[in-house]
Amino acid sequence: MVSWHFATYRRLWKVNLLSSLVQPMLFLLGLGVGVGSLVDSNTGSSDVLGGSSYVAFVVPGLLVTTAMALAAGESMWPVLGGLRWNRGYHGIAATPLDAGDIVLGHATWMALRCGIATGSVALVLACFGETRSWGLAPSVLVSMLVGVAFAMPIMALSVSAEMDGRFPAIQRFVIIPLFLFGGAFYPLSQLPLVVQWVAKVAPLWHGVVVARGFTNGNVDWVGVAGHLAYVALWAVVGTVVATRRLSGKLYT
Amino acid sequence: MPEPLIVASQLVKRFGDFTAVGPIDVEVQPGEVFGFLGPNGAGKSSTMRMIACVSPITSGSLRLFGLDPATHGPQIRARIGVVPQLDTLDTELSVQENLWLYGRFFDLPRAEAKRRATELLEFAQLTDRADSVVDNLSGGMKRRLSIARSLINRPELLLLDEPTTGLDPQARHVLWDRLYRLKQEGVTQVLTTHYMDEAEQLCDRLVVMDQGLIVAEGSPRSLIDQYATREVLELRFPAGTNEAAAPQVEGIGERQELLPDRILVYAHDGEAALAATHARGLEPESALVRRSSLEDVFLLLTGRTLVD
Repeated sequence: MVSWHFATYRRLWKVNLLSSLVQPMLFLLGLGVGVGSLVDSNTGSSDVLGGSSYVAFVVPGLLVTTAMALAAGESMWPVLGGLRWNRGYHGIAATPLDAGDIVLGHATWMALRCGIATGSVALVLACFGETRSWGLAPSVLVSMLVGVAFAMPIMALSVSAEMDGRFPAIQRFVIIPLFLFGGAFYPLSQLPLVVQWVAKVAPLWHGVVVARGFTNGNVDWVGVAGHLAYVALWAVVGTVVATRRLSGKLYT
Repeated sequence: MPEPLIVASQLVKRFGDFTAVGPIDVEVQPGEVFGFLGPNGAGKSSTMRMIACVSPITSGSLRLFGLDPATHGPQIRARIGVVPQLDTLDTELSVQENLWLYGRFFDLPRAEAKRRATELLEFAQLTDRADSVVDNLSGGMKRRLSIARSLINRPELLLLDEPTTGLDPQARHVLWDRLYRLKQEGVTQVLTTHYMDEAEQLCDRLVVMDQGLIVAEGSPRSLIDQYATREVLELRFPAGTNEAAAPQVEGIGERQELLPDRILVYAHDGEAALAATHARGLEPESALVRRSSLEDVFLLLTGRTLVD
């Protein structure tokens, strides 16, 4: 399953890697350096940010949101295509593999893709003193998990979609708001309580908090376990639902 | 007699209130080329999907290699090859990659999958297109690639759902030749088609399906012998007058069939029937004597032509 995904990816990887690298770097420059210089000169902001500079604060958020956006996109059109357009999933369903294998293959592939994308961003970040930290390595792992936690529920939605009509809506009403209000670029505590609770339902914030703990060196292991368990729950439930729905679509 | 490879008894497939198939009884012997013949919507594809273990049966029983698809789906699928009605090729990948990656789904080691892919490229006459992206292939090439891909696991049973629909005559003949070679190698084949000539060329034995049921069964020859005369005289009268001419032709052959554009007269000797027609003073615009075909059998059994 994974080598199938990989063969498809190999054709596009240069453009792909570049764009998944360039985008977070642009955000880092624009927000981290631009907004950062404003934030850091504002007395008292460093307390809200937990004692770190703004750039250092944004880095883990950037890694995790990169994984989220990538996994969400890759679990929409490509999944619908496998089922309806090029019908690759039907080809696989005729072999000894079944829906469960397809879904697990997708999950593994998403983890790898997110690992490659956030890993390359982390490598670049490690080149600069301001953002260098051993916490980047576990943050990449956290990003992979968050990626899967978004990929699987979205795959479950995509499997039962008739057309790609709802995908832009998911992008606009779920992914982009989470990107902006998910605690990646400023602490969630700056937002109204209701928004905070909504943001905490999705796996993104939990991943960001854990990754931030690693990069600024304040790791609360109990918290890490709790947050990651919650993220993993999304991944597991998504996998189960996606498998059941895909099985219903392929074997009718 | 060896154990049949496929045994279906009282097999039924329902989608909600709609009964797509059955109840039907079918047995396919090892080494045989078996056909499901019928118009669109007759239930051929639904039957094929049940046999391919990608569609659960509604009632009755189905066994392949003596195994039950409901409990041994993956084991059965490992031993069959499927050429679906719509290609499921990976259009972004090359011809070669399509073959060996598919082999990986059957748990073939990478080296073995690549070795078999090279062999199959030869078989499908696609060696010089090995590195082309599938998107750029012609319809006939894609179909040949689909067949090649279905053989990557060296299946004991090959299922072909309308293998030549939409292909030009030349591409069809190339495909038929490949299927005939497989038959010689002893691969059991089950195919669906709505082309009579295809069924006559390829099948040892076939069933005619109509509205989900089997209406006749036998070898192409025996079906023709049983349901049609040796020859057919096709008479065309000027447009709109076929119906008026029909009663006057009555009695010349054993039986006749009135179609919108012509009258078919079933007779043992077609030339004699034509002479008799002229003797009655009838002047058809054109007349043609031919051997009867499965098309005539189908027409008799269902009252309809196949491709409508």
